[in-house]
Amino acid sequence: MTTSTPTAASSSTASRWERFRDSYLLYSFKRDPIAQVSLAVFILLVAMALLAPWLAPMNPYDLAQIDILASELPPFWVDGSDPAYLMGTDAQGRDLLSTILYGLRVSLIIGFGAVAMQATLGVCFGLLAGYLGGRVDAFLMRMADIQLSFSTLMVAIVVGALFKAIFGGATFSTYAVPLLVLIIGLAEWPQYARTVRASVLAEKGKEYVDAARVMGLSSRRIMFRHILPNTLSPIFVISTVQVANAIISEAALSFLGLGMPETQPSLGSLIKSGFDYIQSGSWWITLIPGLVLVVLVLVINLLGDWLRDVLNPRLYKG
Amino acid sequence: MSLLEVNHLDVRFALRRGDVQALRDVCFSLDRGERLGIVGESGAGKSVAAFSLLNLIAKPGYIAGGSIAFDGQELIGLSDRALRRIRGHRISMIFQDPMMTLNPVLTIGEQMVECLKAHRRISTRDARAISLRKLEQVQIPSPEARLDQYPHELSGGMRQRVIIAIALLLDPDIIIADEPTTALDVTIQAEIMALLLELCEEHNVGLVLITHDLGVVSQVTQRMLVMYAGRVIEQGPTREIINDPQHPYTQGLLNALPQMATPGERLNQIPGSMPSLSHLPSGCAFHPRCGFVTRPDGSRRQACVDEVPAFVASGNCQAACHMVAEMIERERIPAEEQDS
Repeated sequence: MTTSTPTAASSSTASRWERFRDSYLLYSFKRDPIAQVSLAVFILLVAMALLAPWLAPMNPYDLAQIDILASELPPFWVDGSDPAYLMGTDAQGRDLLSTILYGLRVSLIIGFGAVAMQATLGVCFGLLAGYLGGRVDAFLMRMADIQLSFSTLMVAIVVGALFKAIFGGATFSTYAVPLLVLIIGLAEWPQYARTVRASVLAEKGKEYVDAARVMGLSSRRIMFRHILPNTLSPIFVISTVQVANAIISEAALSFLGLGMPETQPSLGSLIKSGFDYIQSGSWWITLIPGLVLVVLVLVINLLGDWLRDVLNPRLYKG
Repeated sequence: MSLLEVNHLDVRFALRRGDVQALRDVCFSLDRGERLGIVGESGAGKSVAAFSLLNLIAKPGYIAGGSIAFDGQELIGLSDRALRRIRGHRISMIFQDPMMTLNPVLTIGEQMVECLKAHRRISTRDARAISLRKLEQVQIPSPEARLDQYPHELSGGMRQRVIIAIALLLDPDIIIADEPTTALDVTIQAEIMALLLELCEEHNVGLVLITHDLGVVSQVTQRMLVMYAGRVIEQGPTREIINDPQHPYTQGLLNALPQMATPGERLNQIPGSMPSLSHLPSGCAFHPRCGFVTRPDGSRRQACVDEVPAFVASGNCQAACHMVAEMIERERIPAEEQDS
């Protein structure tokens, strides 16, 4: 009967925390140093991003604090640095550390926002397509195919450029974050829809779905309450990959000048702004944000790998 | 009028090469609190019959004709919303495999509360109280603890008890049990059947028991139907059919029980196997396997090959068989001659 707990009675009275403490998830986490380091780095980065207004020595959005004379100062370990600017300054004299912290924030918001959007759309469409089948399925999946045949960047470039042309650069700057969330979210929903649909098809044939129908539950309840929880593991796994992808997409768009404006930089637009000065020797403006981006994406992907192994029942060693 | 009346039910499956008739002209009725057994080989249409009662046949199956009247209301053609009010509420169902019918990611309590909430405006606290009472009724040890457990934490027999509790949750009028004990081992089978019988009697719930276990049918049900290739071929009070089966197929089924065989010899069996529903033999579907197509005097009864037999009454039972009809006819003629 029960394997994780000695007696049936104690397992049922166990609190959520106790269940978690006995779970395979925690067990595997404790034995995986890569996952531990990744999670630690990820939490550190997120905390730094969240606490940016308190951690950062200056506010890069506040033009009054920017000293143009202090531009292109190198980081502290290079000769000619100013101790006030730990990581040096960029071409406009903004403190690079502060700008990176704020930029990290923007990148994470867009990354998670876009994935939330993708997941909402993709899960709904995937459930509908898989559960209802027939024409609904055919229509939604052809939509997904069409969507996937355009690359994310192409969709984003077209939409971004159109928006800029129609509403002007100033409006674009104001709505840059929600717009990027929308663009990246719309471009990648088929990834979720396909995964969810495949799981739903597998779950739909199981008897508990028949049993739920016999109980007189509505299709909506069966889809969201009974089938969806059974498809959560693949959703979790692709979510990690998709967050990393969304952050990269945003960086790529910003690098192309179609993402965040330089006045409220993300990691991508910082890399871009530094790229112009790399020839003049100011390598740090590009390199340091670039490293932060690489580390962020790397730890998310490593966590995703770990999660995939844990949630894959075929690899279950417990 | 009976609580449930099924008349001339036709169910077909639309396949690419044409329709296949899974049920033909199935008629039966069930009174309040009555227990009916449906028996037959695999593929005879027992489960299709059960699913069609709640209009839950999976595509490409559909109900092609007939009527299903429940408590005076016609179920065929009823809207999905109206059907949902009946499903689980007034007619509930128990499936074969208790390992599969509970959702693995929801606790027992969550599943029970959900079922209650789908049919009644009820607070979670009240719903849990009702669930607890039902779990007590199915004699689950420490029912309180079970509410917060997941299905994988329970054994097969306990899960089937939970499923029975869910079926009883809204005090239904009829429970349809589709081979409720096939997936369980023998000792648990007996316990579960005894429990089901006791609960049905106690709450005056009608039971439609689908099984191929004639022993279970004879213990639990009052009336039974024997199905073959999508048709009902014999029906009547269970005791009479078991003691004196009329139709050669029913005789064959009873004869095939292991306890009917002489020890040390091969078990009896009905030769051949159930025909494919898409290529049914002409006349009586059972005639290629039937030992009575040839009369005792050696002549062949052509009607078996040519005509679909109609039901003939024999005592309280009815059997669809030309041989039985002929025998009754033969008995009646001398009786009439004596009268005149």
